[in-house]
Amino acid sequence: MARIANAAALAAYRKQQRALRPAERKAIAVCAGTGCKAFGGLEVFEAFRAALDAHGLAKTWDLRATGCHGFCERGPLVLFFPEGRLYQRVKPEDVEEIVTRTLLGGEVLERLLYQDPVTGARHEKEHDIPFYRHQRRLVLAQNGQIDPTSLDDYLVLGGYGGLVKALGMDPAAVVAEVKRAGLRGRGGAGFPTGVKWEICRAAQADQRYVICNADEGDPGAFMDRSVIEGNPHLVLEGMLIGAYAIGASQGHVYIRQEYPLAVERLELALAQARALGLLGQDILGSGFSFDVHVSRGGGAFVCGEESAMIASLEGRRGVPRRRPPYPAAQGLHGKPTNINNVETWATVPIILEKGADWFAAIGTAGSKGTKIFSLVGKVNNTGLVEVPMGITLREIVEVIGGGIPGGKAFKAVQTGGPSGGCLPAEKLDVAVDFDSLVREGAMMGSGGMIVMDEDTCMVDVARYFLGFLKFESCGNCTSCRDGLEQLHALVTDIAEGRATSGTLDLLEELAETIRATSLCALGTTAVNPVQSTLRYFRHEYEAHIRDGRCPAKVCKALIHFSINDKCTGCTLCAKNCPQKCITGERKALHVIDQARCIKCGICRDVCKFAAVDVQ
Amino acid sequence: MSAQAVIDPAELDEVLARHPQGQPAGLVNLLHDLQAAFRYLPEQALERAAEHLGLSSAEVYGVATFYEGFHLKPRGEHICTVCMGTACHVRGAARLLEQAERDLAVRAGQTTPDLRFTLEQVNCVGACALGPLVILDGKYHGSMAPDRLSRLLGKLSDKKGSK
Amino acid sequence: MSIRLWIDDREVLAEPGERILEVAQRQGISIPTLCHHPALPVLGACRVCLVEVQQGKRREITTACNTLVQEGMRVATDTAEVRGHRAMNLELLRARAPEAPAVRELATQLGVARSRFRPPAQNPLPNCILCELCVRACAHLGHHALAAVGRGDKKRIGLPHNRPAEACVGCGSCLSVCPTRCILLKETATTRTIWGQTFELVRCKSCGAPVMTEAQRAHAIRTKQLPEDHDDTCELCKQSAASQRLASVVW
Repeated sequence: MARIANAAALAAYRKQQRALRPAERKAIAVCAGTGCKAFGGLEVFEAFRAALDAHGLAKTWDLRATGCHGFCERGPLVLFFPEGRLYQRVKPEDVEEIVTRTLLGGEVLERLLYQDPVTGARHEKEHDIPFYRHQRRLVLAQNGQIDPTSLDDYLVLGGYGGLVKALGMDPAAVVAEVKRAGLRGRGGAGFPTGVKWEICRAAQADQRYVICNADEGDPGAFMDRSVIEGNPHLVLEGMLIGAYAIGASQGHVYIRQEYPLAVERLELALAQARALGLLGQDILGSGFSFDVHVSRGGGAFVCGEESAMIASLEGRRGVPRRRPPYPAAQGLHGKPTNINNVETWATVPIILEKGADWFAAIGTAGSKGTKIFSLVGKVNNTGLVEVPMGITLREIVEVIGGGIPGGKAFKAVQTGGPSGGCLPAEKLDVAVDFDSLVREGAMMGSGGMIVMDEDTCMVDVARYFLGFLKFESCGNCTSCRDGLEQLHALVTDIAEGRATSGTLDLLEELAETIRATSLCALGTTAVNPVQSTLRYFRHEYEAHIRDGRCPAKVCKALIHFSINDKCTGCTLCAKNCPQKCITGERKALHVIDQARCIKCGICRDVCKFAAVDVQ
Repeated sequence: MSAQAVIDPAELDEVLARHPQGQPAGLVNLLHDLQAAFRYLPEQALERAAEHLGLSSAEVYGVATFYEGFHLKPRGEHICTVCMGTACHVRGAARLLEQAERDLAVRAGQTTPDLRFTLEQVNCVGACALGPLVILDGKYHGSMAPDRLSRLLGKLSDKKGSK
Repeated sequence: MSIRLWIDDREVLAEPGERILEVAQRQGISIPTLCHHPALPVLGACRVCLVEVQQGKRREITTACNTLVQEGMRVATDTAEVRGHRAMNLELLRARAPEAPAVRELATQLGVARSRFRPPAQNPLPNCILCELCVRACAHLGHHALAAVGRGDKKRIGLPHNRPAEACVGCGSCLSVCPTRCILLKETATTRTIWGQTFELVRCKSCGAPVMTEAQRAHAIRTKQLPEDHDDTCELCKQSAASQRLASVVW
């Protein structure tokens, strides 16, 4: 591939590539995202390759391994273009039949279509499935269509068009366009992106940096991973536009080391962009020069905080520092630095391409555009969903997510990652936007959305998040390091039945000091899980303390297992008990030795007769 | 023979040569490359890294122990990682970890004395739809259950027979 | 150009780049702190020097040691809320360092007679409050022997790889800046033991009093290109020698 000298040459190259693959051309897109891969997506891809070869169809059908389509729950997913037909839970042994009956015979294989768990209806087209139908996909739009290892795929769909447009504008006008679009940072706090750029651009300096925060640390969030793995050039194009607007010549992507595939895809995209002249000196003949370096994080949640990330990029311990000075004035190596997260950068090319007005028409007054959520936990349709801002939690959980599995009752939805909040059923009609969520004691965060059902204990949830955060605290501030450890100990006391009537008071008093006096956002928001569960589920705490009872039957110290008379004496529980503390004759009622039982619950899982009770 | 003695000095030189000298900003990336070469960060490698980048041993040690991704002790032949992300947690990840702890007779973060297995936990790998998730030697196993995990671990430990 | 702000309703002038704590101290307004040393980089670890800061519409509780002064800022150093949060952080520190006099005194002043918390699970150096003054002093003096190790509730202070370090010269500066005096130092007539390492002491050639460790002297001679006989005399004898020299030139 030769270096492309200017915008006209890029347009010519794009035209040439488009001619090679007309839109009506038949294509098979096998999802090779992390979820589908784990379900055997690559084996399905290989099976297709072999079957297409065997049937002499390799020239009539394009076969692509794409990034994440979002509907991870039903993987491996296979999409057929141009119809948009979706087959789900495809196994390699299905492929031969798909080729002969669907590709050659034009027949639809009912059993591979998505079936609505509630209505039982089958849907043939991807866009008819409720999971997809209610989404508005901008950032994820191309994920199911392009091979993320192919720059040409991206160019055919109009890629780098936003950059071309930006390079034709004055940098200040690019900033103004992003400001006018009302884009707010997708990483957590929701700071207006254009304003952030403007401040950084205004700082006097010989060198400025842009950083892409891909240190997606919130457990339960994987949208950034999927965007980089599925469409790396979109992120890169956003960074290029931002760098041009701000006047930065060097960029960094700070990416989690737990995401090896994303690192690989990104490195490949950078090499492709360099080869084509979309990175490097004098990009597209505009005089603008820029390059990007990939840095792997070391595995520290706190490095998602801007000043800690900069410390890590400088080779130091990821300890946040007091701001001001803000990174926009004194950031990486003391130079003005602008940090945005993956989803924010990936939204920028769309704004440039379609215009600020088009973008600002989506969403609410204060929160424009779309937001990607990872909808996970106790929900039928697990996966990545991109929705317009302002949609209600109910629409996401019940319509897109398809409700709670196993006929269980919804209890809470946790948004905003470990330092977010848990909202109860009566808040399901809250609009999902930056300000509404904060008002209710939760937050947007980077977009994790964890659904919890009646079997989830909110005290256990609070304890879980505190355990995570005390481990992830950098350890600098007394209030965060020691405060979270003590808060965790107090919640553990409650979960284990040791708490007294004074425990909740001390808990609340301590939580307030941690919130008010810690240096960075990790500490100041770390108490949200406790404060929000206390706000909406105080009765669960009280049941643990006053009655020594865990209503969800989760907290081990407060429950015990016993075998009822439905027991048929099949001995399965006794065989599987890790403690060997279940005794009983074959075909006779079995008994659990309470003194030795560790309450692992395996007996209850394996019992086919619902004979194990938990109280 | 101590585990410290087995690192290949030529390989160490080769990794260091890929990183510019005297640039402390490259520390985290250098540590990643050293760990990729030796599967953990031997003391000798940390000392050489310090020298190479112009840092003190204390600074390098402080950084290496700060980040969860770095291992200062030799790791097992097989690595079993239990995802403890939120989605996996609400789907019962704690029970998987307990099962693995029982089966391998080590606690999370430890390596069996025969260096066959290391048991680790991770705070989400972003494969939440697969939860609860266990990663065995880099391969993702979704919708895991304690008994299935036991069988998988059993299969691995039988493979070469314990020494 | 000076910055004008108010501390406890007193109008105060400061220079750009100054922080609240130093400006207040200059005005004779005392703010309690455990992890601050004017000669060392600011860390903001102990969270005791809390003050209330009003800047425009924004009001927050923050640490005085690392907050830059700004025009028009209003600082209150002794509100009920400030005292309450200081007390809670001291109660946390009291659980970590129950025998440290400095912590006990400050806590008692703020009404924390005892801590309601248990000692932290990981506390390998008893009474250490993890303020890193020792690490900062050691680095500032060019030794870089001590490290902040680990993170979160497992953070600790120590030497790399938990064994005696060549970089340590046994100067004891770590102990001299330690607010809780938790670092163990033992001296005999001829040796000093600190951080698990024993150092030979240099004795004053005129009076025989211990001056410093041999390693410390060697480090100074090497890094500052000093003569070999540098620092073989104690401060007291140096002073008396100087005054004798002075006396000899008086006519």
